[in-house]
Amino acid sequence: MFPARSIILFTTLSGAGFGALAWLGLLAVTGGLPADGLTALLAGGVSMALAVAGLLASTFHLRHPERAWRAFSQWRTSWLSREGVFSVATLGAAFAMTAAWASCGPATWVVAAAGLGTLLGALATVISTAMIYRSLWAIPQWFNGWTVPVFLALAAATGALVVCAVLAWTGTLAATPAWLAIGMLVAVVAALVTKACAWHAASRTAPASDTASAVGLTGRAASVHPLEAPHTSETWLQHEMAYRVARRHAAKLRRVAALLGLALVLPALLLALWAGGIVGALLMSLAALGGLAAVLVERWLFFAEARHKVTLYYGAQQV
Amino acid sequence: MTALPATTAKKLGLVIDLDSCVGCHACAVACKQWNDTGALAPLSDENPYGAEASGTWLNRVHSFEARDDQGGFALHFPRSCLHCENAPCVTVCPTGASYKRAADGIVLVDEDLCIGCGLCAWACPYGAREMDESQGVMKKCTLCADRIDNQHLLPQDREPACVRTCPTGARHFGDLGDPASEISQLVAARGGVALMPESGCAPTNRYLPPRERRSHASPLPPKAAQPSQPDAPDGFLGWLDRVLSA
Repeated sequence: MFPARSIILFTTLSGAGFGALAWLGLLAVTGGLPADGLTALLAGGVSMALAVAGLLASTFHLRHPERAWRAFSQWRTSWLSREGVFSVATLGAAFAMTAAWASCGPATWVVAAAGLGTLLGALATVISTAMIYRSLWAIPQWFNGWTVPVFLALAAATGALVVCAVLAWTGTLAATPAWLAIGMLVAVVAALVTKACAWHAASRTAPASDTASAVGLTGRAASVHPLEAPHTSETWLQHEMAYRVARRHAAKLRRVAALLGLALVLPALLLALWAGGIVGALLMSLAALGGLAAVLVERWLFFAEARHKVTLYYGAQQV
Repeated sequence: MTALPATTAKKLGLVIDLDSCVGCHACAVACKQWNDTGALAPLSDENPYGAEASGTWLNRVHSFEARDDQGGFALHFPRSCLHCENAPCVTVCPTGASYKRAADGIVLVDEDLCIGCGLCAWACPYGAREMDESQGVMKKCTLCADRIDNQHLLPQDREPACVRTCPTGARHFGDLGDPASEISQLVAARGGVALMPESGCAPTNRYLPPRERRSHASPLPPKAAQPSQPDAPDGFLGWLDRVLSA
């Protein structure tokens, strides 16, 4: 599949943004938010800004962005529509949570209630984003049980990194419950493990369709190969569904993504937690940026490596 | 709404005979012509006179080389929307632009509602939908709804342009939901198949596989056994026969 920049930015940024909002929601429900107005504005603001930036990036993928409001209407059947509805509802709850936290402090029922809404809404949004891809039978690399766990784990990891980086800068990380830092470490490791499992599973999945099945010759022909294409130059369909450029570099890019996660993010995190202060904040920011960069690479591969069934009509023997 | 109708009164669709199709692309050209000039907006072309001409087509004719135990054979394969019963392109649509008509099962796009996100084209395993790059909306086979619904056309013209134009009679149109209909009977007689049945999309269109070749039923006699001299014809043919046998 063609790795469109708008969609890679959308899924990466909104994943981190809603992941961060989920962690803030969890802290709000458990009464663990630090009692500091500046922290409230910065943590809530950065998280919401990431989510909104991602959603705005997604509109650049539309040929008619002025009609984007119509995408809220088909939540009964479409995961893309559900994603839109959940994201706007979650942003509403997050705004209420942040405003109440900044103005009345964290220990109020409004913060807890809005936090619960933010937590559940953010989870629903990330699951909906993943389900957009997971529900497409035509793309086997997405149509499997790993897509949703990977999106959730990557959102949880990048979201936790963002929240901890903001709290480190305002000097409130040490005052928040220790389970936040532990949860961040667990989320980063979980993201690395689930993605490795997904890559491993993708390499072992047997293709369900072949060219004979695509042209209705199952049992009638032993082999079917393209002789002449219907057109003399590439069509939109091939550009969109038969992207091949990146596959040559796939193995290298997988190592880049894994290295960013393992060799940069994890050591930086551990050092940041140990050092604290300004150095800790800098290291934590480095870890957050490294995590986002790793997810950008991962998301690019998610699209570039995915094979669409329609390639069976253009030379692929099995998909 | 992008919810699929539970059942449709009719299941209008195409039956394509892969035995008769000669790969002439007349159906694709007729489709392009009708949908370029009909009730819907034109199907745009990009760079139509340049080196990399490209454009939106609702019907594409592929040619394959297939092999079985008797050797190879050419397979000409027109590919267009199959008007699936469980059309995933319809349910993924976030705006309600894609829909399946409850009356006859035709899958259509309301171009005024389409935001051009392209998700429906991703959802279709058959590559039936193409983005119109100049209008920014999704295009697909309408089964020439604007012909079959049009009471002003002569009755014989109220069928899809591709069917009307096919010079070998390889394309058939009708109600595949009615087992008594002519095309349902054709499908039954010829063992018509759905493409990629494992998709779960339940396509309406059927493809008739090529007939078993006759070559093995009456094989040519081996070359050495052919008599050359005893009953050779006279005159020019006899001379030709002698020259070629020398």
